[in-house]
Amino acid sequence: MSLRGKAAIAGLGITRMGKNYSHPNAIGFATEAIELALADAGLSRSDLDGVLVNPGMTWGADVMASYTVQQVMGLKDIRLTATTNLGGASAAALVMHAAMAIDAGMAKTVACVFADAPLKPPKPDAKGAGGGAAYGFARGLNAAYGLFGANSGYAMVARRHMHVYGTTSDQLGAIAVAQRKWANLNPIAEFYKEPLTIEDYHSSRWVAEPLHLYDCCLVSNGAVCVIVTSAQRARDLRKPPVYILGMGQGHPGDDPVDTLASGAPMAKETAFRMAGIELRDVNVVEFYDCYTITVLITLEDYGFCAKGEGGPFVSDGRTGPGGVLPVNTGGGQLSAYYMWGMTPLSEGVIQVRGEGGARQVPKHDICLVSGNGGILWTHSTLVLGASA
Amino acid sequence: MTELVRPIPEITPELRPFFEGSRRGELVVQKCGNCGDLRFPPHRMCSKCLSRESSWTPVSGEGEVYSFIIMHRVYHPAFANQVPYAVAIIKLKEGAKMLSNVIGIDPHAIKCGMPVRVSFERLNDEVTLPMFRPVGS
Repeated sequence: MSLRGKAAIAGLGITRMGKNYSHPNAIGFATEAIELALADAGLSRSDLDGVLVNPGMTWGADVMASYTVQQVMGLKDIRLTATTNLGGASAAALVMHAAMAIDAGMAKTVACVFADAPLKPPKPDAKGAGGGAAYGFARGLNAAYGLFGANSGYAMVARRHMHVYGTTSDQLGAIAVAQRKWANLNPIAEFYKEPLTIEDYHSSRWVAEPLHLYDCCLVSNGAVCVIVTSAQRARDLRKPPVYILGMGQGHPGDDPVDTLASGAPMAKETAFRMAGIELRDVNVVEFYDCYTITVLITLEDYGFCAKGEGGPFVSDGRTGPGGVLPVNTGGGQLSAYYMWGMTPLSEGVIQVRGEGGARQVPKHDICLVSGNGGILWTHSTLVLGASA
Repeated sequence: MTELVRPIPEITPELRPFFEGSRRGELVVQKCGNCGDLRFPPHRMCSKCLSRESSWTPVSGEGEVYSFIIMHRVYHPAFANQVPYAVAIIKLKEGAKMLSNVIGIDPHAIKCGMPVRVSFERLNDEVTLPMFRPVGS
């Protein structure tokens, strides 16, 4: 039996983003986001019977993050709990888990949470051979070759995409500029008040050439929570239900520097089949955007353009405000806030509800949301709808 | 012989044959004992056939730049006077890929597909790192 339209997102909680030090750690942000989401839905703490957590980078050894949240918030009689990590593909995966559990009768009201507080980071260990060395993560050797930072993997992908398909910095910059224009319409975006021109983009420092500073996502403290419940129950709650029409995942297991591709084609196939939609039915797109190149490759992989044609596709500003294909309408992780897969998901909920204010897209019946983890390793798709 | 200043990598048991090979001027990679697939860095298990058997085998040291990035920021003091420098994925003629540096060329003159050959760069008595130079340089 298809799960199309069986579950819905009924609540959304977003803390203040960025240099927010109002909580000492990620757990504090998680609790705030859950409270905000419950209030948004018109629910109370006692209504929750499921807690699913995607811990960010700073939860450390807390391998039972979802139970930590339960304990800290005094949540009783929880019927579904899980701590899940497939990187940036997790948020959508939490929603899938919730929707399946609700349909199976295992839970009724599930909080899905991402929280992180990396802006007081631990000191990086340049030598750090690390426990993963036996399985190929030879960090000590990486450091000897001068490879540092999280940006290098995507920079390698971007360079190879440029070599194979002729993609240019101008084209990557067009994505950064389009998303900044969206952020300039989004009061909760970290870059709300700061415009970005293509000249600013080109003059920004290299993070790992060919990636400029503005090819890269923000780093944010904060948390986002969505409350998932049955579609039937969601109709009785405060906010317009955001129906979950399609869900899918795809994790090809290839080397993305070879394929220059994500798991989107697989995840899309599953999700679109469940939703009963085609690409042309999509009104608004919220893609995972850790880097500009991620957006470009994801556009190709969903079939908005052919493989290798992502560069020309984005260069005319069609994904920005007023364009024919609105993409990352809140500014995304490049310009709004870096909450892993919760960034595209939260903006998708806002758009489908019609709560986007100055950035609201006129048609918002069907929203495509993607999640992406690691270096194009994991991928998740959600199709959200205003009606079931 | 001049020694290159770099963060000294730990000679882990897994990487010891690699460092020993480099010290004697031989580039070695791991070879699956069952299907013969070449891989680097070393793994306990072949991801192609799941065999746990492996050995180290010398390769020609010839290859091409598969992809590369240019680092401009100093993340470690050893690189203070080396930026900008290129970190590359080298596709060896025999098929395996390895992370390394391309040296002896302006990093902005490097191209994907450029043929390169190994060059052993000494860090200290114990550690010599294989790096790559453009063929003909």
